[in-house]
Amino acid sequence: MGSVLDQALGEGSIRLKQNCLNWKESFQVAGSALVESKRTTEDYIQEMIQAFEELGPYMVIAPGIALAHGRPSDSVLETGLSLVTLSNPIEFGHSSNDPVSLVIGLAAVDHDSHVDLMSALAELLMSEDKVTLLLNATNESEVRSYLS
Amino acid sequence: MGIGTSVLLKMNAEKVLEAMGIDAEVIAADITKAKRDGEGADIILTTPELVVLLEDLPGKIVPIEHVFDLTEIRQKLTAALL
Repeated sequence: MGSVLDQALGEGSIRLKQNCLNWKESFQVAGSALVESKRTTEDYIQEMIQAFEELGPYMVIAPGIALAHGRPSDSVLETGLSLVTLSNPIEFGHSSNDPVSLVIGLAAVDHDSHVDLMSALAELLMSEDKVTLLLNATNESEVRSYLS
Repeated sequence: MGIGTSVLLKMNAEKVLEAMGIDAEVIAADITKAKRDGEGADIILTTPELVVLLEDLPGKIVPIEHVFDLTEIRQKLTAALL
């Protein structure tokens, strides 16, 4: 049994050193990683993109970090995360947190049941050292070793 | 949205309020829920981009730039509570 984060990141959910040209491409990678790890259907990718288009770059939650997500919906099969690092940082249009190098995809089946997961995610992302290690990681097992 | 940013902001706001010794109820809400149920809130924590959507609510709106920055949250909450 791994940590909460390790379990939330299913097989195929981690994509490292991706070449993306803009926020939308990075959302597509984060979304397809959720699909591949069987947490969402294809529809969720478009729902994440639509949410960003409606509400803007508030999803850039910290310097260099975006939390890509839609609403709980029928497209969500199981609560989970994906993790994408970008080889070239991307401008998302945020006033102070650009450019983004780490995109975390999030799918939740409802509004309440993933609080433990968010707590673990917050702890990880609030550690600058761990974020740096994640950004430099070149393989999945390395990433997973930082999650506990 | 109510599943990502608001949950992180709620958790960190609760940490700060506890450290300040202030007893408060913090609810995470997406824009729709905030507009519908937010009438009774004394303070509305949000991100700068979403302020414009919440301006009709009677509570004091406090935009937080970095939801992980406990110092920023503490400073802005302190100012809002004075």
